[in-house]
Amino acid sequence: MLLPLSWLKEYVDVDITPAELEEKLFSCGFEVEELNEVGKDISGVVVGLVKECDPIPETHLHVCKVDAGVHGEFQICCGADNVKAGGKFPVALNGATVYATAKDHKTIEGVMTIKKGKLRGYESEGMLCSGVELGVSEDMYPGAGYNGLLVLPEDAEVGADVKPILGLDDYIFDISITANRPDCQCIIGIAREVAAVLNKEFKMPSLEYTETAVTKDGFTVKVDAPDLCPRYIGHYVYDVEIGESPLWMKRRLALVGQTSISNMVDITNYVMLEMGQPMHAFDYDYLEGNQIQVRRAKEKEQIVTLDSLEYELNENNLLICDGVKGVAIAGVMGGLNSEIRETTTEVLFESAKFARDNIRKTSRALGKRTDASAKYEKGVDEYSTVNAMKRALHLVEELGCGKISSTHIDVNTGNSVEPREMKVSVKRVNDVLGIEVPTEEILRICTNLSFAPVMNGDELTLQIPAYREDMDSYPDVAEEVIRMYGYEHVIPTFMPDSKVTMGGLSELQKKELKLKKDLCSIGAYECIHYSFISPSDFDMMNLAADAKEREAIRILNPINEDLSIMRTTLASSMLYAISRNQKKGNLSGRLYEVANKFIPKALPLTEYPEERATLCIGIWGQGEDFFSLKGMANKVAETFFTKFEYETDEKSYLHPFQCASIKLGDQVIGYLGKVAYEVAEKLDLREDAYILELELKYLYDLNTKASYSPLSKFPEEIRDLALVMDKNITCGQVENVISTSCKFVQDIKLFDVYEGGQIPADKKSMAFSVKFVPGEEAFEADAVDRFVKKILKNLKFHLDIDLRS
Amino acid sequence: MNEKLSSIKQEILDGIEAKATSRATAFELRKQFLDSKTGTIGQLMKEMKNIAPEERANYGKEVNELKAWATDVFAKLDEEMKAKELKAKYEAEKIDVTMPAKEYQTGNLHPITQMRNQLIDVFAGMGFEIFEGTEIENDYYNFTALNTPQDHPARDMQDTFYLSPEFLLRTQTSAGQIHVMENKKPPIKILSPGKVFRSDDDATHSPMFTQMEGLVVDEKITLCDLKGMLDVFVQKIYGEGATTRLRPSYFPFTEPSVEVDVSCFECGGKGCKLCKGTGWIEILGAGIVNKKVLENCGIDSEKYSGLAFGIGIERTAMLKYGINNIKLLFESDIKVLKQIDDN
Repeated sequence: MLLPLSWLKEYVDVDITPAELEEKLFSCGFEVEELNEVGKDISGVVVGLVKECDPIPETHLHVCKVDAGVHGEFQICCGADNVKAGGKFPVALNGATVYATAKDHKTIEGVMTIKKGKLRGYESEGMLCSGVELGVSEDMYPGAGYNGLLVLPEDAEVGADVKPILGLDDYIFDISITANRPDCQCIIGIAREVAAVLNKEFKMPSLEYTETAVTKDGFTVKVDAPDLCPRYIGHYVYDVEIGESPLWMKRRLALVGQTSISNMVDITNYVMLEMGQPMHAFDYDYLEGNQIQVRRAKEKEQIVTLDSLEYELNENNLLICDGVKGVAIAGVMGGLNSEIRETTTEVLFESAKFARDNIRKTSRALGKRTDASAKYEKGVDEYSTVNAMKRALHLVEELGCGKISSTHIDVNTGNSVEPREMKVSVKRVNDVLGIEVPTEEILRICTNLSFAPVMNGDELTLQIPAYREDMDSYPDVAEEVIRMYGYEHVIPTFMPDSKVTMGGLSELQKKELKLKKDLCSIGAYECIHYSFISPSDFDMMNLAADAKEREAIRILNPINEDLSIMRTTLASSMLYAISRNQKKGNLSGRLYEVANKFIPKALPLTEYPEERATLCIGIWGQGEDFFSLKGMANKVAETFFTKFEYETDEKSYLHPFQCASIKLGDQVIGYLGKVAYEVAEKLDLREDAYILELELKYLYDLNTKASYSPLSKFPEEIRDLALVMDKNITCGQVENVISTSCKFVQDIKLFDVYEGGQIPADKKSMAFSVKFVPGEEAFEADAVDRFVKKILKNLKFHLDIDLRS
Repeated sequence: MNEKLSSIKQEILDGIEAKATSRATAFELRKQFLDSKTGTIGQLMKEMKNIAPEERANYGKEVNELKAWATDVFAKLDEEMKAKELKAKYEAEKIDVTMPAKEYQTGNLHPITQMRNQLIDVFAGMGFEIFEGTEIENDYYNFTALNTPQDHPARDMQDTFYLSPEFLLRTQTSAGQIHVMENKKPPIKILSPGKVFRSDDDATHSPMFTQMEGLVVDEKITLCDLKGMLDVFVQKIYGEGATTRLRPSYFPFTEPSVEVDVSCFECGGKGCKLCKGTGWIEILGAGIVNKKVLENCGIDSEKYSGLAFGIGIERTAMLKYGINNIKLLFESDIKVLKQIDDN
């Protein structure tokens, strides 16, 4: 929120510097995001009196003698048409800074420093300035908008700084207001806080006005949707004379970036800024049926707003209507049909309270955000609704632009602006803080905040003003006290009364961390990707139209389509990460991610979906192949003290002959394989990539722990078996038969594969080194021979495998 | 006799001079003289029987002296050869130590995980258990139970990703607080790290980021305890001299609520570019648990009070490691991930 210091000073006597005030505001909960001097870019500009002014022949220029008082007298060339001897104008001295303007003399193009120069052979030291060059608009200072020199008052002291004269010495605070303090979304709201923190009196702006006996007979207000409009106040004003607002009002509006429109419209804007209550003024002449009706819009009901845009509404939108048609979208913007015109003579002022979530929804749905809707979204209190109307009527009287009738209609669903009484225990307040705030400080703070405190023993009775809707019980009082007393009074303690608790990671969290560290130890970097992906990822992965992965949870309001569905696989994010890395010249690498995939039980969601902890590994580059990734998978198995089995498998995005499912016992828990060339091409991969994905739940559930199993005291034996078999038999099948044939087999290593002349053409040879480890007793002399015999028998029986002769 | 022994001595010395170039040749030479069966000196011993009995004692003595002498000579020779050979071996294995090293590839945990682990270590030491909630939450746990009324601006569609009218992506790890408080009786000390989601996307905001929420519920928990705990925390993370500053703020689930600044760890509070000249850096939001939140979870707010704080892990990591764009954390560029090794 923008707060001009000069405006603030109207309601509270600020006797500290802007920087000190910033510090004070900060300490009591109002962060100043920016503090700017209005004329921060302007320096070295003083009141100059043009003593002589002679035209330079054959040009539009004049050469002037300018008296700048204590600064001296200078010769300055000037091109403005309103320069004249005897006039007082702002003069930028040598070294001064002012705004540089474009050729149109209106558009500011930056800040320039004034230097001595020569124009058409004439020395020129300094510059006479226009309003634009000083950043002063017509609303800030009359005549400043003229395309020529800004004319200063005749009584301006020659040589004096122009900033105070033009209001450039003012400061604008941009304050961020927390959501619990909607009452501070206005000048008087901040003024109340400043008064409290500075121990000063808050001066409420005048709400006085006099009603005439005139009434608007038959005028009624009907609120059909009291849930959306708890209060509606309308007041009829007549004999309206539309004209310009006074300078002080225009300037204040200009300081917060609002353009003056006309006195009546300016009053509504001014009151909103000052009191925090959005107001609207209807031209009564254009209201039909002598009534205001507040109701939900009908389906497809249309309205054209003040900015000439047309909107189609529905019953979620609240509409202000006359007897016939819609005249304003409640809380958002008025209708064009009843806007204030130059010819307006009768006005209906509206000051109302609307439900903030309804205004927010309407504003979002229509894509129309206004100052009024922003205020309503944050919340407007009853107190402001009542006071704002009074203030607007006071200003009508003060500006003399209309007469106040006695037609005042207030539709109230039972709200009151009376203070609420609240009793709290002082001990409880201090217990929240952990310190004992002196009683007189508590009383002082509560008095400054207009809580009218009365202390009776431990009981503190407060009268909470209606605008403090946030005040509910003792913790709120504790917060008020400490923010005014000062957080520096909070002394650090370390829970002296607390019980000791045991902290640390759970078993599962420890397992996850161990997995991650083990993967790092074999050269993989952990990465983290968004939990949401694009539906097009599934197309990239060539997934079938009915693939399970496509049954994903959609975000109803995604940032964009690329971040619109919850991941059902971690693979696509990994594939894109590999692609990005290769594009950045990282031609080999290992990445992994441990994250959830989201599997809905039903769509749309009616219960919590499953969040399945999943591991995804991606590797690429020279030296990496299917078996390096398989080795990483085995490392994962080792982390959990188990072993995986692998079976040939297929995936739409993987190489048809380099893809396997990963099994833990009979349960398929994941897959690994080489990225298919079609997919690699879409991702512009230069190097082959391999990807693995597995669900960690099964590993976490194993509940395996590090433990010692005694080493055999007896010697182990190793036998090499060269086997001949059909080409389509896999290593895994052979290993499976060997290991299930003998319980003493502890390790099987494939060390050679041969196809060629020495064996039949449709066969291959695989040579295994098999390690037999004895248990409690040493092997008998011929035991291992018997084991080998049984293994060979089983191999022959199950897979028709022979020993190579 | 003496002459014979003298000539053998000379023979040994000449042999060494002429032939002993290595341990192997020295050993051969030794064998030639000292082998008990075939060696020259051994032969002398065998001749004992041919020596006149009265001279035998003297003969034996002289031969033994020669044997002792030769044994010693050859032992020294072996030492010498051994040293010579080792020296040659060393010289042969001379390397250029400035040649490239063998590479060992290890990866790193993600900077967010590293930061998270550091924070967990600090708070685990203070007795905090780690609780991870779900990324998908329902409206009640994310908002209502946290005292965010139906019409609160924080519920705005602009900020929250909705999956259905009831389910959403949690906007804060505070949602986990409620689950814990519903299921556990005080004393409670939990730390709840996790991914959170908000509809915000620019250089300092990512639609997904990581928060760590801390919650303590016990008897007599005060704002002073919050300050004391956070002071310890910043000293562990940012160094001994670090201190905190509390200033008023607002969160629906805490009352009073505070923003917590840490004294600038770059300049020590004097004012620099990092702290924008203020000497302070905003690091987290915190407060005394709103009594309505305790009541929503069935905890007696007359007896118990609590404190809570929420830290943005990305921001903490970015400040600590000097990372200037949050997007870098989610791009998985190995060149970036390689740089942060702080665990």
